[in-house]
Amino acid sequence: MQPIQANDVQHALDQFIGKELYLHLETTNGAYANHNNESVLTVNAYIRNGKVTPLSGKIMGDGPFRVGLKIELGWIYAEGLTHWEIDSEGKLLLAGHDQEGRLAVALQLSTSPFDV
Amino acid sequence: MNDHLLVIFPHPDDEAFGVSGTIAKHTKKGSPVTYICLTLGQMGRNMGNPPFATRESLPLIRQKELEKACAAVGIEDLRQFGLRDKTIEFEDEQFLADEFLTVINEIKPSTIITFYPGYSVHPDHEATGRAVVRAVKSMSESERPELLCVAFARNSEEDLGAPHIVTDVSDVFEEKMNCIKAHRSQTQWLVNSVEKDPGMLEWVQKERFWRYPL
Repeated sequence: MQPIQANDVQHALDQFIGKELYLHLETTNGAYANHNNESVLTVNAYIRNGKVTPLSGKIMGDGPFRVGLKIELGWIYAEGLTHWEIDSEGKLLLAGHDQEGRLAVALQLSTSPFDV
Repeated sequence: MNDHLLVIFPHPDDEAFGVSGTIAKHTKKGSPVTYICLTLGQMGRNMGNPPFATRESLPLIRQKELEKACAAVGIEDLRQFGLRDKTIEFEDEQFLADEFLTVINEIKPSTIITFYPGYSVHPDHEATGRAVVRAVKSMSESERPELLCVAFARNSEEDLGAPHIVTDVSDVFEEKMNCIKAHRSQTQWLVNSVEKDPGMLEWVQKERFWRYPL
């Protein structure tokens, strides 16, 4: 992955607008968050292969970045994004990594399902 | 005497930290080891530092790491169950137990190592341990293998007492470190801390197990 350049990501996002897409959306502070520090709540959530059709989408911020996608009945939102790539299968991968390189948030869009 | 060791864990690298020395000692004396690894750790948050994996490439990378880790400690029989990280507790427990029993009946292990239910922190660890206990409990008492568990929750020693077995694995330290290092996307931090922190070095050279009361 490479550090996000907002213009490049916006251009990539634009290619996905109006299409029926598969969504991977995730945030995590690690399965051992509470084990490592009792004052911290272990919090993880993910959706894999949610079917969505974004009506519009924008990347905002000066880094780390935020992405918001408008869908027919609501929104898809991620904050803390730092890195991105279009992978070998044409999937748009956006991720937020902490200082140790650990993934904390991911928002990914694809025209074909993600592997399960 | 059959001296087949069966190790059952949900994630590639679960074997590395607490059991790979025991595995290496076992294979070094020519005894077989079968490792059932349930998932590819697809949802791990460690991506390397700096990150070299993505959420999508991580399972492919971890597959290769797992194979390398097995080779490092002489595991020749790796069984991958193709399940998904973080979902083990939502699988049917009897289904998992039956899958384990099929392997147990095939290889007739003298010892099984898994996680101690209630004391292994990660929900996948807990669910794996519970299903293994269920499988072994369903066997007739005379046929049951010894069931050894890894526990690392904070209250493990308080509740369970001192580990029943503490194995010095310093004689296979190199093999163990090679197993840990093989899981590069997940273990750089640990390798660094073993090299810097004498307490961690001491911890890695001992492996601790509790017999599960069946």
